[in-house]
Amino acid sequence: MARESRRPPIRVLIAKPGLDGHDRGAKIVARALRDAGMEVIYAGLRQTPEEIVESALEEDVDLIGLSILSGAHMVLFPRVLNLLRSRKAARIPLFAGGIIPDEDARKLRKLGVKAIFGPGASLEEIVRTARSIARPRT
Amino acid sequence: MRRRPPVPAAARAILARDRLALARLITKVENRDHGVAPVLQALYPHTGRAAVIGLTGPLGVGKSSLVNSLLQLLRKAGKRVGVIGVDPSSPFSGGSVLGDRIRIDRDPADTGIFFRSMASRGHPGGLAAATREVVRLLDAFGMEVVLLETAGTGQVDVEIGAVASTNVVVLVPHLGDEVQSLKAGLFEIADVFCVNKCDLPGADGAARYLAELVGLTPRSDAWRPRVVQASTVLGTGIDELWAAVEAHEAYLRTSGSFEKGNRTRLEAEVLELYRERILAGAVAQVEGSPELRRLLDEVEARRLDPRAAADSLYERNHARRRPRS
Ligand SMILES: Nc1nc2c(ncn2[C@@H]2O[C@H](COP(=O)(O)OP(=O)(O)O)[C@@H](O)[C@H]2O)c(=O)[nH]1
Ligand SMILES: [Mg+2]
Repeated sequence: MARESRRPPIRVLIAKPGLDGHDRGAKIVARALRDAGMEVIYAGLRQTPEEIVESALEEDVDLIGLSILSGAHMVLFPRVLNLLRSRKAARIPLFAGGIIPDEDARKLRKLGVKAIFGPGASLEEIVRTARSIARPRT
Repeated sequence: MRRRPPVPAAARAILARDRLALARLITKVENRDHGVAPVLQALYPHTGRAAVIGLTGPLGVGKSSLVNSLLQLLRKAGKRVGVIGVDPSSPFSGGSVLGDRIRIDRDPADTGIFFRSMASRGHPGGLAAATREVVRLLDAFGMEVVLLETAGTGQVDVEIGAVASTNVVVLVPHLGDEVQSLKAGLFEIADVFCVNKCDLPGADGAARYLAELVGLTPRSDAWRPRVVQASTVLGTGIDELWAAVEAHEAYLRTSGSFEKGNRTRLEAEVLELYRERILAGAVAQVEGSPELRRLLDEVEARRLDPRAAADSLYERNHARRRPRS
């Protein structure tokens, strides 16, 4: 097939942790990443950190993107990062989208979240960043 | 006899049920990484035990929801289950949104389940080129049942018949009377029909109509496809669906059809891999060659048409030489 000479697609997990029930933003990002040639595993709403990490491992993704609006980011993101570490998968980079105050964003970056996008971020920027932080295939 | 080569570490990890190793190996198989050949060879003797159940049917009929219901039922019965959900790749970008996971409701700590999403990556028929091999990895990993959901892009992905031993065609009430216009081959591959969403009106009629059609359609074996009604919303009909699947699996074993079907599937697989191999080699042989460039010049100048150029390439590079007398 013609695609065979190309590099394998980047696999990315998109999920929405937390209890708030709408995922429009996450879906729009998922589609943009697909249109950029990535394979997006869309896990959907109300995902617990445990579910997110198990999905990421089973799907062997190169990247995880989490969308969050509920304000619980300071609990959820560190939990996901810790779980990834304990499952020896800390190499999978994590990015975040949602409404996250600057102060929290700084803390999360320090903890290891690779990129954080506010509501104003453009899809081009998200795609470009996703591509550059995705775990390189070995 | 040939001496057995040592078992590669990746194969040992699969047999030891290392989930991370399984996930990584699936990626390599998907990426057509030739380095996995010895691993697949080492695992092959450990396969053939799983019941491979296909679910196909148009988009949105509830295939993933049924996979989820069956998953709950099978886990309660203590069965270890692998799931593969295939979704189409975009022909434009090559990317894909794989959404079958959304419907799956499971304890993330349950190691008796392994769920993997696959993009079709340009392969037609609702499966990916690597799907068969991934099924086999789940089998070697010790999964007793593998549930395989096709992409459902067309109407019914009949190619599933080349991979699964029992095929469930999922429809919904209002599709009942459209069934005759669905793809040819539907009745060849459907071992079980499931009218899902039977909480909606018209399910009885659709099921009756399907049963009539089943009665009128000849099959190459003596199995009479069953028609069941289910609703994942109400949680009804799931036991019946599984009972129908098991009845077909039992029929396969007792009638000898399993061996026959299995041999047909294996033949298709060997030939497909052979074709893939030949194609890749043959194309690589001429790609970028001076000969191809020369021919392209001619095609560009409209002195030679593309087909004639391809024929010329074939004749000079791949046509079998006549033995000299
Ligand atoms: N009314 C009704 N809706 C259902 C049933 N099963 C699934 N659905 C809905 O049908 C839609 C498609 O389901 P999904 O399992 O993703 O279908 P697939 O595309 O065939 O995998 C979803 O909105 C489900 O909630 C059912 O038994 N009854
Ligand atoms: Mg589905």
